[in-house]
Amino acid sequence: MTLRLDGVGKEFVPGTPVLADLDLTIAPGEFVCVVGASGSGKSTLLSVIAGLTPPTSGRVLLDGEEVTGPGPERGLVFQTASLYPWRTVARNVGFGLEALGLPRARREERVGRLLDEVGLRHLATALPGRLSGGQQQRVAIARALACSPRVLLLDEPFGALDVQTKEDMQLFVRQVWQDVPTTVVMVTHDVEEAVFLGERVLVLSCDPGRIARDLVVDLPSARSLEDKRSAGFLALRAEVEDLVRAEHRAHQGRV
Amino acid sequence: MTGQAAAEVAQVAMPMDDPRPGRRIRLLNSGVSARVAWVLRALSVAGPVAAWWALSAGGLVDPAFLPSPAAVWTAGTEMALSGELWSDLTASLGRIGLGFVLAVLISVPLGFTMGALPWAQALLEPMVGLLRYLPASAFIPLLIIWLGIGEASKVALLVLGVVFFNTLMTADVVRQVPRRLLEVSATLGAGRVRVASRVVFPYALPGMIDAMRVNAAAAWNFVVVAELIAATSGLGYRITRAQRFLQTDRIFAILVVIGLIGLTIDITLRLLRGRIGRWAA
Repeated sequence: MTLRLDGVGKEFVPGTPVLADLDLTIAPGEFVCVVGASGSGKSTLLSVIAGLTPPTSGRVLLDGEEVTGPGPERGLVFQTASLYPWRTVARNVGFGLEALGLPRARREERVGRLLDEVGLRHLATALPGRLSGGQQQRVAIARALACSPRVLLLDEPFGALDVQTKEDMQLFVRQVWQDVPTTVVMVTHDVEEAVFLGERVLVLSCDPGRIARDLVVDLPSARSLEDKRSAGFLALRAEVEDLVRAEHRAHQGRV
Repeated sequence: MTGQAAAEVAQVAMPMDDPRPGRRIRLLNSGVSARVAWVLRALSVAGPVAAWWALSAGGLVDPAFLPSPAAVWTAGTEMALSGELWSDLTASLGRIGLGFVLAVLISVPLGFTMGALPWAQALLEPMVGLLRYLPASAFIPLLIIWLGIGEASKVALLVLGVVFFNTLMTADVVRQVPRRLLEVSATLGAGRVRVASRVVFPYALPGMIDAMRVNAAAAWNFVVVAELIAATSGLGYRITRAQRFLQTDRIFAILVVIGLIGLTIDITLRLLRGRIGRWAA
């Protein structure tokens, strides 16, 4: 699947664009990370791709077909687990499959395989309130993956986790991306995370959000936490940090 | 920071430099041990009863105004043995059963729609919000003119007294469903009907039961009020009969029964909410 943004702009208040003239093409199976200072409209960008926020101008195209609303082929995961607190883990994961009208037996089989993939089979009957933050995010990712999305949209999915859990989740999401044939677009404010996870890092500018820089991450595709100390990684990380910082300063100067 | 500004900050900080040693600050909501809590609960019932007993035993008040606890107990058992307590109780419970169920059947769908759909909110809230402020008891004369003095006017009073409050409270609960949850559901392919029935309804259910619990108390009050006027059965009717013969002991006995029934309704709905809303705890 190819995801294409064609001159996308968004104004919540007329005259003050949050996003403007955004052109972007994401190839099938890419892992793209979007970074930017706060106020760069990165979450709005994801919401537009998800179809939850209609763009003021331009179009979002999925394999040439215009996106006009939310749909299961574009799965979404938010920062804080928006799980259904009254449903067990397994029934959370199965929600989208119920909506698709999958028969019960096939649903249970698929949910079981997804729980194995995210390593939560033993918590299938637990309620979300009993899970840790990292486990909740795994459930949210499994729930989005259940519908076999062509694009997985992650909106600062690990922003509320402690550092160690966050590292585990970074390795986990890379693994999932390698196991499952899906494109990933992830928004984060954590530059290190973006460089570690992405095959490509987009830096957004502020006021309005545009693509300031489109960088290819030239690191091996099998990544371990040690790679975060390699010279290539550190150089790229510094470059992205400088870009984000410059945008942040410029934004501060304008407000 | 300039030198002067730093000096000023230091000056402002001065009074704080000398906290009284050993002064313990307690949180406003600091806890109570389980034992103390139970003692307080017992006191909350035993205190007023003891005061009542002391007041009537001391002979300070005419027993025709304030009967002793023992006299109330005797009057209560008398009514229970003669069977009239049970027939009155059945009549009152039948009315609240019918009226409250009707009120819930109207207010829950109405409130749910108002909470879920902004246009329904705009359409209905002004009227419902206004009607809520009209005291239901003031409708008694009208209801008697419209519906006669039979069962219909009593049930209608109860419905009128409860339906508007429960509608608005239900709508409030429904509006509290987090937006993120609705958005995620849409990205999982759930349409509006599925989101309403599988996401909004289960999320709001414990809160809706809470609203019902609050309004059940009002409903129970309205039953008794309805029976004070133009009734031939029910606990309220029994109170007006007793008043005619100055049987204050009977009035007290019925009040105790009314209180106990109210408490039972409350506890039942609380247990129901606890079961259904286990996930919210």
